[in-house]
Amino acid sequence: MSELLLPPEQRYASVINQRRNEDGSELSILNLGPTHPATHGIFQNILLMDGERILDGESTVGYIHRAFEKIAENRPFYQITVLTDRLNYCSAPINNMGWWMTIEKALGIEVPKRVQYMRVIVMELARIADHIICNSVLGVDTGALTGFLYVFQFREKIYEIYEEICGARLTTNMGRIGGFERDWSPAVWSKIDAFLEEFPAAWQEFENLLVRNRIFMDRTINVGPISAEKAMSYGFTGPNLRAAGIDYDIRVAQPYSSYEDFEFDIPVGKSGDTYDRFCVRNAEIWESLKIIKQALAKMPEGNFHADVPEYYLPPKEDVYTTMESLIYHFKIVMGEIPVPLTEVYHPVEGGNGELGFYLITDGSRTPYRLHFRRPCFIYYQAFNDMVRGQNLSDAIATLSSLNVIAGELDA
Amino acid sequence: MDSAIIIEKGIFITVIFAITMLMAMYSTWAERKVAAWLQDRVGPNRAGPLGLFQPLADGLKLFSKEEFMPDTPNKFLFILGPAISMSMALITSAVIPWGDTLEIAGSTVVLQATDIDVALLYVFAVLSTSVYGIMIGGWASNNKYSLMSALRASSQMISYEVAMGLSIIALIMMSGTLSLREMAAQQHGMNWNIFYQPVGFLIFLVCSFAETNRTPFDLAECEAELIGGHHTEYSSMKMGFYLFGEYAAMFISSAILSILYFGAYNYPGMDWMAENAGANIANILGIVVLFVKICFFIFFYMWIRWTIPRFRYDQLMNLGWKMLIPLAIANIVLTGIIIIIADKL
Repeated sequence: MSELLLPPEQRYASVINQRRNEDGSELSILNLGPTHPATHGIFQNILLMDGERILDGESTVGYIHRAFEKIAENRPFYQITVLTDRLNYCSAPINNMGWWMTIEKALGIEVPKRVQYMRVIVMELARIADHIICNSVLGVDTGALTGFLYVFQFREKIYEIYEEICGARLTTNMGRIGGFERDWSPAVWSKIDAFLEEFPAAWQEFENLLVRNRIFMDRTINVGPISAEKAMSYGFTGPNLRAAGIDYDIRVAQPYSSYEDFEFDIPVGKSGDTYDRFCVRNAEIWESLKIIKQALAKMPEGNFHADVPEYYLPPKEDVYTTMESLIYHFKIVMGEIPVPLTEVYHPVEGGNGELGFYLITDGSRTPYRLHFRRPCFIYYQAFNDMVRGQNLSDAIATLSSLNVIAGELDA
Repeated sequence: MDSAIIIEKGIFITVIFAITMLMAMYSTWAERKVAAWLQDRVGPNRAGPLGLFQPLADGLKLFSKEEFMPDTPNKFLFILGPAISMSMALITSAVIPWGDTLEIAGSTVVLQATDIDVALLYVFAVLSTSVYGIMIGGWASNNKYSLMSALRASSQMISYEVAMGLSIIALIMMSGTLSLREMAAQQHGMNWNIFYQPVGFLIFLVCSFAETNRTPFDLAECEAELIGGHHTEYSSMKMGFYLFGEYAAMFISSAILSILYFGAYNYPGMDWMAENAGANIANILGIVVLFVKICFFIFFYMWIRWTIPRFRYDQLMNLGWKMLIPLAIANIVLTGIIIIIADKL
């Protein structure tokens, strides 16, 4: 047991010595990270290498641990949204919406159908943005930069839509308890329409560049595979689990925000390798586009927020003229809104997998305990298992296709 | 007489050196512009019109950067690495025939620094020496990533040199000479070697990508895995030398490609030009044509670089040893058979 507690450099030292005595060959320890360009964030892998081959590895997390769950215990509920922004910052709106839905579940608020559809649109746009980054960066990590720049313009277009909705781009802090902070302007709708019109051609071009590219296929097929059983036992969810062949999707398994109203397929892979993960994400982008189109077509009339004056900020003119509004405004802004004693778990299908919010309240203005179920944290546990015996280049591609995002990994 | 030759050659070498440097410099500019064009971007456009002074600005920046030296066991080798890379890329141009002859003031000027009869062997010798630049630099950096890059580069270059050499043998069997000047002369008219040696050309093209460390064979410096590889630890102009050497090598290998397979300075209608406009004009046009061909190949290198991903180390070895070398040998046998049959007829 003491062996396992040693730092990897010391643990590997005996292996290296043993190998040297056996056949005179030299193993080496390679420090991949914490600031290696391929880690796309800050986390460390200490790899035991035989030339280019990885014999074993040890991962370290916590380089950007910001104690979000602890901070959340001291914050009023609406101030926790900015913490969720910084989990998976590639798809911040999904995190925001997930958090609002968690609070609404705890408070028992029913939001209008229109808000649910608007949330679906925002979440699917965020999913597209997330998958654009993951798949195009996989291209970059295998050496093809051009495709990345083709589709990155469209991530920019998505960010412009966010900007129109809430004023922010990366860390959006979008929405309020019960809905959105304001109704979407005509510019939002026209930008979404423009995006839906232009994006498919660009994404098709990107797929043409890589999906049947011989070099890309050689670089990704059978690279970093994980079997369905193993993925399940690690707790994989999202595209990485679906690539292994299991059609588990929270949007279908436990529909939230009216996902049951939409027709879409769950793309699944076979072998759970890097190529399958890439293809599943590609297919999911097409499915997301389908969902957005349906939501736009079926968009119900109604208000952009639920009628919950004790949680939803009143319009400014009412604050100045009516007493109730002034009181609510003061209490909401000061965070003096007590939440009843409850315990809820609300999962959403994040860009990367099941993003869960486990909230326990003690009847005060702040959570008693809050836990984020962060999919990246779970994927990263499996990383060393997946790359054992593979090449260094394979490890880079695997890490890239798992889409481990340091913000979500470390919380 | 002797001094005249020395002066003539001296001037010529200076001009060639300047042109090579200029081409290498503007290749960096072209690379960025081509990349920008392929990627829907603008590219460098701040320094001068169309960003044309960008290479000068880059050079100035590199010269004024802090000279950082890692804690390396051998500082001499650390400096030797980029020096070898750069000088080897430059001295190849000595044997390249840039054009036919020019008549200037009654004397015949040969547009080649030196016409040695083993020019092709010389080119190969120099090219294979250039791998030492990366090897020595990578080893002396005292960094595992650099070392890994050095190992990748050396094994890659050695394996692809074999296939490259074999593809050239078929060409030599056909032309019966090792002198680049004679080879260029033989391709007069439209007798370009590409029409006689298409397979050999393909092999040579792929190998020259590997020899110059360009995508898809840029494993030695892939930024995603090895963080720049052998030049991770280099800074200021030492790094500039590595980058510059790469572009110079690209220019030279484009020149070799054009000369060996694409008719060198020959172009269709050269005889007609010589009759109607004089030999000098025709030959000057030949120089221009050669540079157009070279620029096309440089563009081709960039085009490939910004289109496809890179190979993995073992795939690269498989391609070299299991595909290109058997193909090159088959090409030699085929060429031999055809030559014999052609003789008999």
